Amino acid sequence: MTAPQDRPNDGGVPVPVTPAGATSGAPAEYPPAGRGMFGNQGTGDVSGYGGLVRPRRTVEDSPRPYGGYFDEVTDALEEAYPGFADAIEKVVVDRGELTLHVRPERIAEVCQVMRDDLALRFELCSSVSGVDYLGADERRLHVVYQLTSMTYRRRVRLEAAVSAEDPHLPSVTGVYPTADWQERETYDMFGIVFDGHPNLTRILMPDDWEGHPQRKDYPLGGVPVEYKGAEIPPPDRRRSYQ
Amino acid sequence: MTASNYATERETTEGKVFTVTGGDWDDVVSGTDPINDERIVVNMGPQHPSTHGVLRLILELEGETVREARSVVGYLHTGIEKNLEYRNWVQGSTFVTRMDYLSPLFNETAYALAVEKLLGIEEQITERATTIRVLMMELNRISSHLVWVATTAMELGAVNMMLYGFREREHILEIFELITGLRMNHAYVRPGGVAQDVPDEAVAKIRDFLKLMPKKLKDYENLLSGQPIWLERTQNVAVLDVTGCVALGVTGPVLRSAGLAWDLRKTMPYCGYETYEFDVPTHTDGDVWGRYLVRLAEMRESLKLVEQALDRLKPGPVMVADKKIAWPAQLAIGVDGMGNSLEHVAKIMGQSMESLIHHFKLVTEGFRVPPGQVYVAVESPRGELGVHAVSDGGTRPYRVHYREPSFVNLQALPAMAEGGLIADVIAGGASLDPVMGGCDR
Repeated sequence: MTAPQDRPNDGGVPVPVTPAGATSGAPAEYPPAGRGMFGNQGTGDVSGYGGLVRPRRTVEDSPRPYGGYFDEVTDALEEAYPGFADAIEKVVVDRGELTLHVRPERIAEVCQVMRDDLALRFELCSSVSGVDYLGADERRLHVVYQLTSMTYRRRVRLEAAVSAEDPHLPSVTGVYPTADWQERETYDMFGIVFDGHPNLTRILMPDDWEGHPQRKDYPLGGVPVEYKGAEIPPPDRRRSYQ
Repeated sequence: MTASNYATERETTEGKVFTVTGGDWDDVVSGTDPINDERIVVNMGPQHPSTHGVLRLILELEGETVREARSVVGYLHTGIEKNLEYRNWVQGSTFVTRMDYLSPLFNETAYALAVEKLLGIEEQITERATTIRVLMMELNRISSHLVWVATTAMELGAVNMMLYGFREREHILEIFELITGLRMNHAYVRPGGVAQDVPDEAVAKIRDFLKLMPKKLKDYENLLSGQPIWLERTQNVAVLDVTGCVALGVTGPVLRSAGLAWDLRKTMPYCGYETYEFDVPTHTDGDVWGRYLVRLAEMRESLKLVEQALDRLKPGPVMVADKKIAWPAQLAIGVDGMGNSLEHVAKIMGQSMESLIHHFKLVTEGFRVPPGQVYVAVESPRGELGVHAVSDGGTRPYRVHYREPSFVNLQALPAMAEGGLIADVIAGGASLDPVMGGCDR
């Protein structure tokens, strides 16, 4: 993929500065940041929207009080876990859900406290998965843990961010055995390495697959098809709104 | 190889001749491990009639006893989560419905609830739309449990039960076809509401089904519950207690059969389930028998819920009033499923330029969803079906992850199977009710 400055002017409004995150190439280049509205490159865009540069959204700490049980959970964790100030990077409350951004090397410790403390009791780890915020930050790969407390009927989300160059964080399988396959899936799809996992191998993709498909810089793939005489490009090359 | 200890060689006119001598047999015999050499590794699947789809099991057997069991999944991985990122939010319904093909309406509802939560329009979902969702989900739960009882009974030798289960499921699929246009893969529950109103004809049909089904459930019980072979094959087989279930993340009927009444419809209600009257059946044995009883009882509870939902069905809109979100086209049910309504096409093409523009914008571009992330879970027939949806503010999902109960529950198979007989692997695996389309996504 060519960098934007060597790219021929594709007919859109010329862009004076290279927008951040616009260098990795399609199809990953669509939000959270980027240029244009339609996601197409190399074809003429005379709408003028091709020159739009959309800002990136940053996640910010929520102010206290968080409301609901969120204060109680955060306080209980602070009390039970001495490394709270160091391990918890951010506390975000959005749409009635609590997210604790945890320093990746501390994730297993935090999970242990979340599970065992009598005031927290998050016995069930509902889900472990990843999100790739390409271009947003140095630590673009986020691992997301959804914990459920069956005792108190509460949910909380833990999020740990690692970089693509050093995608390591401790496995939580020792705390939640159910994370086994889900961490394998996250490794398979995002290439995040869970240190201490008993058997970190691919699970959904074939064993000899190359690359990690859910990363944003991994193309969707597909071949153009002919339909009624016209050639329809694969979904990730089609002109579409972003 | 150079000079061999086992066979000396010499050249003859016919070629090389080896002379083999014995003598080291005692060494050979003493070198064997009488225990480990008795173990054989059996590969079951990925194409096997008793593995519920393309599930592969690697079993290490000692005689008929399973010493180690490992499951291999991924054969049905179709990249639905990745594909979702390249389609707009409404098109997502069409993809997610294809994950767990036995409970499509749960996949759709969970997705719709997640998108609605991201949009912040949960309060605007009309009562009729929510009631229809509950109605459809509970019918779907019955059809899914029917397939479970049918296939599990077949795998344990009761082929007639398979025929009966699929026969009754057909009634539900006909109801679905009448309402959504399709028997499976409906794309019926959309962000904002549902795609179609329920016709009166379907209500009458559901009422008929409600009359028919209790009798059929009684028949199943008469057929299986006292049957000595069924009892032998299910009781005390593939036991998993509450601790094991929670540690391995197993939810749904399997967890309830171990004694914990954890049902998201009661414990973390959504879609107004807190206003319905129903019970959460449990059992204490934690074996295949308990799971069978729990699922049969759940079908009865679902019938109660369907009846209540029908009684609540008051006329009204089935889509949010917000025209920036509601799908503009009035779709119609045709012989080949849901499609364009000619009336609507005539209206937007002939009478209203505004409608045409609106239609064009929403269909080609789709609506924008404010940035953020949510996790929404519903109680599917297999357990907690969770959707983690992330939006970056665009017209397409930034990331959608499905917490699939089939995927998570399958991890419990070694815990259930190891130490038991190979025949019980079938019973234990079936009792988890894995659907590989959902597991592999």
